[in-house]
Amino acid sequence: MIELKNLTKVFKAGGKEVKALDSINLSVPEGSIYGVIGSSGAGKSTLIRCVNLLERPSSGQVVVDGQDLTTLTEKGLRQARHNIGMIFQHFNLLSSRTVYQNIALPLELAGASKDEIETAVSPLLELTGLQDKRDSYPSQLSGGQKQRVAIARALASKPKVLLCDEATSALDPQTTRSILALLKDINRELKITVLIITHEMDVVKTICDRVAILSYGQLIEENEVEAFFLNPQTDLAREFVRSAIHEKPVAEVESRYQPEPSEGSRPVVRITFVGQGVVDPLITRAAKQFGTDFVILQADIETVQGKSMGFLMVEILGEESEVEASMKFLKENVQLEVVGYVS
Amino acid sequence: MSADSWLLLGKALWETIYMTAVSGGLSFLFGIPLGVLLYITKPGRIKENPALNSVLGAIVNATRSVPFIILLVAIIPLTRLLVGTSIGTTAAIVPLTLAAIPFVARIAEGAINEVPSGLVEAAQSMGATPLQIVSRVLLPEARPGLINGMTITLVTLVSYSAMAGAIGGGGLGDLGIRYGYQRFDGVIMLATVVILIVLVQLIQSAGDRLQNYYDRTR
Ligand SMILES: Nc1ncnc2c1ncn2[C@@H]1O[C@H](COP(=O)(O)OP(=O)(O)OP(=O)(O)O)[C@@H](O)[C@H]1O
Ligand SMILES: [Mg+2]
Repeated sequence: MIELKNLTKVFKAGGKEVKALDSINLSVPEGSIYGVIGSSGAGKSTLIRCVNLLERPSSGQVVVDGQDLTTLTEKGLRQARHNIGMIFQHFNLLSSRTVYQNIALPLELAGASKDEIETAVSPLLELTGLQDKRDSYPSQLSGGQKQRVAIARALASKPKVLLCDEATSALDPQTTRSILALLKDINRELKITVLIITHEMDVVKTICDRVAILSYGQLIEENEVEAFFLNPQTDLAREFVRSAIHEKPVAEVESRYQPEPSEGSRPVVRITFVGQGVVDPLITRAAKQFGTDFVILQADIETVQGKSMGFLMVEILGEESEVEASMKFLKENVQLEVVGYVS
Repeated sequence: MSADSWLLLGKALWETIYMTAVSGGLSFLFGIPLGVLLYITKPGRIKENPALNSVLGAIVNATRSVPFIILLVAIIPLTRLLVGTSIGTTAAIVPLTLAAIPFVARIAEGAINEVPSGLVEAAQSMGATPLQIVSRVLLPEARPGLINGMTITLVTLVSYSAMAGAIGGGGLGDLGIRYGYQRFDGVIMLATVVILIVLVQLIQSAGDRLQNYYDRTR
């Protein structure tokens, strides 16, 4: 539905050139929720702003719904934008307009009649749970309510694509959850393709189907979300996954920690379970079968893509051959990775 | 005070209101679009045109730096061309308007500057034309600031209109100078000052009310 081909954006600021995007190739399947994560300054906002040409790419193509936007005239581009809704971190609502009037704006711009506007806006108020705020002004709303208005407004022109630039970054965790749930509903019920830019892995974990990582303007990794969590390829991806599972060093072990094995050292492994694995008693079976002991340093279960994923950090104690054997047994059933050793 | 004095004051008050209202109205009519133009032609804005922007900016600055009393006399030929005479109350409206237009333009530009740029982006993402962005987003969102600017302009025009006496424009300020300074009639001078104070107060509080009515940010 969205196809970015060799997208490059260079900013010229005060004689210096900044390559904000470097030959990005990215494809968002129709009907999916696609996340792009990256650290601050990675080029995320630039990327999403290129999708509706708020930012003109220096080179490359932006194809949305089969149409290359970079070749369109001003008028053609305005027409194409009716098909692409966008929401922002700071909501960008008009303070002089009521909730109803804000949602009506895109329709007014397209020249809709009063009746057409009324028929289009009422169901959107209902969808976003804003019926009783219809005549309120944005200054009278909470952050979450403002983002709901912005979502309703973005949907008013019945777009096929919804772009979200850090849509939940200004909201508290609980409000974030409710906005993400709303976005998921919209994706499912209205069959709208959603592209989300975020620096929060929680957002990716909760609603995205696929995810891409942007680092210094380059797309360094791209995968299905589940596979991404199970098997991150780059250091940055691993860091993001770790942040999502709240992994941190255990104080009591840290002083004895070493990256390489030595005489008498014991391995520390990260075990990742998916779905059924979470409820299978694999650890105790390994312990019984090979006579090894497991010290649990950290444990966490997260819901990724509606599936449970378990993350476990354990130290394995026992004879070297037993430890080897139990690791082999575990590897056959779950994702296991040696992260270091303790002595 | 005699009936004659009251008559003089009444006539002068009417002249002041007439000059202020007409030149105020005309300067909003031309100054606000000029302010919009100054805003949208800046580099990076919706109709960027650096050349036009610098030319407009230079003209506005130049007009604003000419002292009003000089402008009043310097444009007499233009005034004659536009209203057929170079003296009298109506003639005074031309220099007053000309002085107020760049003032209003800068105030309007400033008020529009206060509109968060994110709103313009949001409108662009909805496929708004530049004209729609101006009429549906920039002007409505800047309305409280514009009203505040118009209030300041009207108050300034009331005091500028006092100088219109130099070309026979009449008005309260002129009456005060002629009777108070030239004929030592303190009562009339005091009365004109009191009326001017009341007039300015009325303009200011009406402006404040209107601004409050339109300000939805609180
Ligand atoms: N208009 C601009 N002019 C010059 N440089 C810019 C401009 N916009 C962005 N940049 C630069 O491009 C790079 C990417 O910026 P961008 O805003 O896309 O990052 P981001 O990933 O959205 O970061 P954040 O998470 O902080 O919002 C940065 O180095 C930034 O300084
Ligand atoms: Mg950003």
